[in-house]
Amino acid sequence: MGRFVFKLPDVGEGIAEAEVVGWHVAVGSTVGEDDPLVDVMTDKATVEIPSPRAGRVVAITGSPGDKIRVGAELLVLDIDSDEASQDGAVSTGPAAAPPAAPAPKAPDGPPPAAAKAPAPEPPARKETEPSVAVPRPNGAKPSASPAVRRRAHELGIALQFIPGTGPAGRIGHADLDAYIASGRSAAVATARPARRARLDNIEEIKIIGLRRRIAERMQESKRRIPHYSYVEELDVTALEELRAHLNARHGTERLRLTLLPFLSRALVCAVPRFPQVNALFDDEAGIVRRHAALHIGIATQTSQGLMVPVVRHAETLDLWELASEISRLAAATRDGKAVRDELSGSTLTITSLGPFGGIVTTPVINRPEVAIIGVNRIVERPVVRGGQIVIRKMMNLSSSFDHRVVDGWDAAQFVQALKGLLEQPATLFVE
Amino acid sequence: MIRTKVLVVGGGPGGYVAAIRAGQLGLETVLVEADRLGGTCLVRGCIPSKALIHAAGKFDDMRGCVGDGTIGIALREAPTIDLNRTVLWKEGIVDRLTGGVGVLLRKAKVRVIEGWATFCDAKTCTVRTREGVEVIRAEHVILANGSTPASLPGLAFGGPVISSTEALMLARVPDRLVVVGAGYIGLELGTAFRKLGSEVTVVEARERILPNWDEPLTNPVRRWLERAGVMLHLGAAVEMVELSEGAAAARVRTRDGVTVSLAADQVLVTVGRRPLTNGWGMEAMAIDMAGPFVRIDDRCRTSMRDVWAIGDLVGEPMLAHKASAQGEMVAELIGGARRRFDPMAIPAVCFTDPEIVSVGLGPEDAGSAGTDLIVSQFPFAANGRALSMAAGDDGGFVRVVARADDHRVLGIQAVGTHVSELVGEFTLAIEMGALLEDVAGTIHAHPTLTEAFHEASMRGLGRAIHI
Repeated sequence: MGRFVFKLPDVGEGIAEAEVVGWHVAVGSTVGEDDPLVDVMTDKATVEIPSPRAGRVVAITGSPGDKIRVGAELLVLDIDSDEASQDGAVSTGPAAAPPAAPAPKAPDGPPPAAAKAPAPEPPARKETEPSVAVPRPNGAKPSASPAVRRRAHELGIALQFIPGTGPAGRIGHADLDAYIASGRSAAVATARPARRARLDNIEEIKIIGLRRRIAERMQESKRRIPHYSYVEELDVTALEELRAHLNARHGTERLRLTLLPFLSRALVCAVPRFPQVNALFDDEAGIVRRHAALHIGIATQTSQGLMVPVVRHAETLDLWELASEISRLAAATRDGKAVRDELSGSTLTITSLGPFGGIVTTPVINRPEVAIIGVNRIVERPVVRGGQIVIRKMMNLSSSFDHRVVDGWDAAQFVQALKGLLEQPATLFVE
Repeated sequence: MIRTKVLVVGGGPGGYVAAIRAGQLGLETVLVEADRLGGTCLVRGCIPSKALIHAAGKFDDMRGCVGDGTIGIALREAPTIDLNRTVLWKEGIVDRLTGGVGVLLRKAKVRVIEGWATFCDAKTCTVRTREGVEVIRAEHVILANGSTPASLPGLAFGGPVISSTEALMLARVPDRLVVVGAGYIGLELGTAFRKLGSEVTVVEARERILPNWDEPLTNPVRRWLERAGVMLHLGAAVEMVELSEGAAAARVRTRDGVTVSLAADQVLVTVGRRPLTNGWGMEAMAIDMAGPFVRIDDRCRTSMRDVWAIGDLVGEPMLAHKASAQGEMVAELIGGARRRFDPMAIPAVCFTDPEIVSVGLGPEDAGSAGTDLIVSQFPFAANGRALSMAAGDDGGFVRVVARADDHRVLGIQAVGTHVSELVGEFTLAIEMGALLEDVAGTIHAHPTLTEAFHEASMRGLGRAIHI
């Protein structure tokens, strides 16, 4: 019997620390080799760290939200062999106490004597007190205290549907809360909307992981960058005709084109004339780095929150290549399979809410970039052309610029250039 | 014409609770009561009968001390009783309680109108008061009219034939009392009068006493009655009461078909209670009936919109605490809350000697539980507190009924001295969904009768200590 100290491995180039997102194990649980131990997050990628050994967990470091430095002790396993500590030294005493982040769940380092003794069994649960829902015997009336019954009734929830985790399946307030939070109550509640129940509970959500990252980024961007927003109206009738034509011509044999590859193409065309918008501003060093390459960030909504996969070297891609790359990246990001390199390094970002694009948005710049282009919804509007009212497909572009390094005049010229390109789509392809 | 949000008819434990709660909720409320506030419970039921039972018990204890004495206490001569003064004492208690109800109603800003309400449609009634006739029109009507003692054909109340109401107001202890009906009311009063010195004969049509409770529970009571010299005629019926020269005799056909004549100063008929559905214009309200009762749903709604009914009027069990719970609920429903009458159990208490309580399922209800049951009981003969108040030898016990698979407690019964005071814990255990382990894991104070509940639960788990 020995101890195996597992330290946070290097999870990516240049990563010094990672944030604990969630543990798959608890002190006392038994893990096999390659069983997932913990999810940690670096930059914008979440990594699942598997166990290198089989054993029993005796200590873990860090709760969700805590940051752990690479190389710091992550957890201690009791293992069944003598080659205990090839990696991280056998810990024989309190010296092994976690050096990094606070570890509220971990004991203060195992006492010396415990090193040889088997780890304590997890507290044996009384058979009649499982913490998981007990299936209710058929036809049995659900067991719940009068207060729980009353609350459920007021909320229009039938107790039969609620899994009870108390002794003998008793339903407690916590079970009712969990049921409401699960959203399964909606159907029941709307089935009997006799009276609208007053809702008083407040759900606390710890802002950790990606959400915290987004929050920090947004805050920094808005705090440091004086945003200058500019909205222009585009007549995309011709562009939409071309897009529809191309999609019809190729049917299903090619990827369906959206607006984004055309806009990307327009950026490729316009950026060489406006090098000040395709740049990164290191405001602490006081240096703007204008990039010749155009790496387009595509703001993407995922189940976890906002992420920005990057189309690298857009200047080298044709329309179809742009389309397929955008589509591939979006799918990978949504599935959580995007790798770190695909989620960083953009020089200019596009944000589009598609059909929910609204009339005007005020995009927040993806710092240290200096510009972001927002796409609004396409609508048919009556417009005046040659003294006639005609119906055209109209769309707004809402863009924000870092006014410290991009002048309003230049920004306006840049957007006008995009407008010219997109309103006369042929020019997108004329070198 | 009085216009109000809520009209409550009847000032008993259903009606007055409904009115107080409605008033607390800020609903304009009128309560109509023809007699005294408090209803059957306070005026001619629970409270006065318990006062009489207490006095009778004290008197009986003292009689037991005459001569050689009991537990070292001896009286040189027999005690006497002036039932007039006992009744006055009882009236004092009733006055105090009904006065309290009046104060609570005033505090809740409920307008109380004294008189008999007669409905002319579902939301309008006229009340004959001392000052004249009032017409009341309400948005919501809560019917809490209550019940009256049922009579038997051929045994109309009057003369020597009395109901429980009159039995609680007798000026002197009858020498010979015939009680018709061995339900809880008959046995409570029969026991009390036996203790006060009457010769008591109980006639019951069925083959056993207290037919609503199972036999093991009623056996200690039957043994007490036998020991105390109460004559029991089971499977027998009173055919008529003969009157001759001021003396009455009840003609009883016994189980064997023999007719006996029992001389009686009073014939107390306690064959149940009937909901009071006549004489107040219910026919004008277009509400549906369920047998002799007003039909209601799980929110005490009648078939007429915004007419509610609670208490004895709507069915068994005809118990004050059920009526109060319904009244409170209806007031909250009118106030806009979402409520439903869904108790897990309604406790029932019988103040005989010894007392009986029951809540939830009994052992014979196993079928309705749909599962195997654990039934375990613990005798008061092994309980220190029972022995120390000379109550260990009446055959009393606490019995717990639980599901065999998950040990959830489904019912609890007890028989024994003072067990009525245990029923709150019993009911709470069932309402909270307690397991045998929960009761076993709760420290019960020593020395108390509640330890018997603890031990019965432990015994159900196979680990009783004191047996």
